[in-house]
Amino acid sequence: MSEPTVRTAERLEALTAETSEGPQELQRREATPASELGREVGSVVRIGDAPFNPDDVDYERADDETMIINMGPSHPSTHGVLRIMLELDGEIVLRAKPVIGYLHTGMEKTGEMLSYVQGATNVTRMDYLSPVINELSYSMAVEALLGIEVPERAVWIRMMMSELNRISSHLVWMATNGMDLGSTSMMIYGFRERELILAFFEKTAGLRLNLNYVRPGGVAADLPDGWEDDVEVICDTIYERTFEYDELLTGQPIFRQRMVGVAPISAEEALALGVTGPLLRSTGVPWDLRRTMPYLAYDQVDFDVIVGTYGDNFDRYAIRLNEIRESVRIIRQCLERMPAGDYRSQDPKVTPPPRARIGESMEALIHHFKLFTEGFHVPAGEVYSAVESPRGEHGCYIVSDGGPKPYRMHVRAPSFVNLQAIPLLMRGASMADAITVISTVDPIMGEVDR
Amino acid sequence: MELPADAPAVITADALRADLGCFPTREQYHDLVAAFKADGFEVCADLCAVDYLEHAERAVPEGVTPTRFEVVVNLLSMSRRERVRIRVQAGDVEPEVDSLFDLYPGSEAMEREAFDLLGVIFRGHPDLTRILMPEDWEGHPLRKDYGTGRVPVQFKEAPGPR
Amino acid sequence: MALEDLQHNFLTGRLEDLVRWARRASVWPATFGLACCAIEMMASGAADFDLARFGMEVFRNSPRQADLMIVAGRVSQKMAPVLRQVYDQMMEPKWVLSMGVCASTGGLFNNYAIVQGVDQIVPVDVYAPGCPPSPETLMHAILTLHEQIRTGEIMKRRATGNPVHLDHAESPWTPEVPVAVRLGTPK
Ligand code: SF4
Repeated sequence: MSEPTVRTAERLEALTAETSEGPQELQRREATPASELGREVGSVVRIGDAPFNPDDVDYERADDETMIINMGPSHPSTHGVLRIMLELDGEIVLRAKPVIGYLHTGMEKTGEMLSYVQGATNVTRMDYLSPVINELSYSMAVEALLGIEVPERAVWIRMMMSELNRISSHLVWMATNGMDLGSTSMMIYGFRERELILAFFEKTAGLRLNLNYVRPGGVAADLPDGWEDDVEVICDTIYERTFEYDELLTGQPIFRQRMVGVAPISAEEALALGVTGPLLRSTGVPWDLRRTMPYLAYDQVDFDVIVGTYGDNFDRYAIRLNEIRESVRIIRQCLERMPAGDYRSQDPKVTPPPRARIGESMEALIHHFKLFTEGFHVPAGEVYSAVESPRGEHGCYIVSDGGPKPYRMHVRAPSFVNLQAIPLLMRGASMADAITVISTVDPIMGEVDR
Repeated sequence: MELPADAPAVITADALRADLGCFPTREQYHDLVAAFKADGFEVCADLCAVDYLEHAERAVPEGVTPTRFEVVVNLLSMSRRERVRIRVQAGDVEPEVDSLFDLYPGSEAMEREAFDLLGVIFRGHPDLTRILMPEDWEGHPLRKDYGTGRVPVQFKEAPGPR
Repeated sequence: MALEDLQHNFLTGRLEDLVRWARRASVWPATFGLACCAIEMMASGAADFDLARFGMEVFRNSPRQADLMIVAGRVSQKMAPVLRQVYDQMMEPKWVLSMGVCASTGGLFNNYAIVQGVDQIVPVDVYAPGCPPSPETLMHAILTLHEQIRTGEIMKRRATGNPVHLDHAESPWTPEVPVAVRLGTPK
């Protein structure tokens, strides 16, 4: 019999050699500068104060043996390709550091290669759970640079679609969160309800995800015939079902034990970290761009901004669940008040001539051709436009040099910023709670890494 | 909109959509942001860098010397519901500005991203390493002199059953 | 022993067929969700589409227990070595399904960050087109794979041999960026 292999230190190094990311990873304490150490143990508000002892954690340490473990990037509960490195003392998390970039797609660079007409195709793939919202912030930035007005109907269609999208995104969140906590039925339910919305998306835009529906100047197509009935059914079904989820999760003792009071964050810390969305609202700050800096027609509809009190996991869950109900309310109002008219701007600069005219007129044909090959020129300038995505403030910063392509396109992705709250939320929590933290922060890696 | 009282004297201009745009020098930058923070801008909403290599003759207010790299910061005041944009000229060759980490801990990841993709150095940042690209990557991909890395589309024979 | 002496009710066949049949009916995929396509992959596993009909509902989290890697989404240069490692950890026999244009060719993202086709890293058996492929497309791809398993060889080791592009070192095609920077398993 041959000698059993002993895993020596060199062997371990060799095992991780090809996937190691060097200094991007969590280092041993001796090798970490004090300010970075402070960040990794989740000290946010105290940063800058000189006497800070990173060993000062809120519970009794058993001994001095700690262990650094790696989680991800291919891990079932990291929602994609998030990789988190943790320093553990037994079951308790002492430090955490997210290592990201495993889905870096170079979308900001690709955005510089695509014309404004094509740009929406690119941005829609960032946050793949809320494509409409990505397109919206991009389109609004382009429209601001162009200085064009979007017709009334387009505004309301956009609003309705964003709310439908918010519901579907929160449903996926409910599903995966349930899955992480061991509630497999929630997984099935969440995806079942979401199919309703996706079917409507498919009918309207032709695709289930990555719609490319909202474009600079309006939307790609009018709503399909009979859309009222579909939306009606969606609203009724989902509104009813939210009460089923309530029954399944909200009062359930196991669920509550894992959520209530776990991983709290204070308003002060949330603001310092710049987190937005349900994570910020759970701390009691009523900041929702739909209400506080209204875009589209959100100032004309009636809805409540849901806020929490304790900033814990359960508040974040409750906010998302209730936001589904609020979105249903907004959609019902859109249904009632949907104005008639054009679904995209009639400005010939951004809108191609109708199909029928192309057959008749040479100019129309040339115009159509130019619009789709070269694209339209956008006046030089720079603009930042922000909308409320299901995860927070989704911003788009575009610099134009007067040409048909953006000179620089930068996206402020809410998950990217929210991810910084992870060390803070995980600190002192047990390993099992760390999973719920990842889940309730709800990072979408496509958006984090872009 | 006005500058806060204790801000250094910087050149301002109204940006599109009525956000206030400020153009501090590199020395004024950190003080200006600190003044804004004291004035009620609680959140650093966004931070990114732009490489103006191919668009050098962009419009900037008088008195500002445009450089190749620019760092753009968007601050947000929740109490006043206002935004302000700060554009600091970061330099031509080795762009370098102060880090905002001590004011807004949440700018950490965004600064790391600007360092990774555009090579802007932030003085005083706790952990200035690459964040999106692999550790052994060379160059800063969002710079204008860095190719997109387009691979020509190729049609090859079907590999057949394996 | 003559045939007449045997009890009734029996089938004859080759052992090979039996093995193939068994393999085909219980392919366990590894969860390897990367991007948008992963959401569609999850949707196919959920109530409306129900992959359980094909014996595939058991998504294994450990590559050691999985037979099929569904590469769902774009593979970045940073992810490439990880993907290869997960593939190497899977037990033979193993199959790879490249889901979506991003995994198959790089798709929309023809740039520095994305590996232009996962077949540069691991051998791929079935490509599912679409962006994202709808669950129906994924199912079609899965059925195609089942057909391949049913008619394929059972003794062949699938991981030997390099991925297509790395077979011949002087391939006429040189990408502008290094593809899949750190390849191979540790020595
Ligand atoms: S193929 Fe399309 S849907 Fe799939 S990962 Fe790529 S961009 Fe996303």
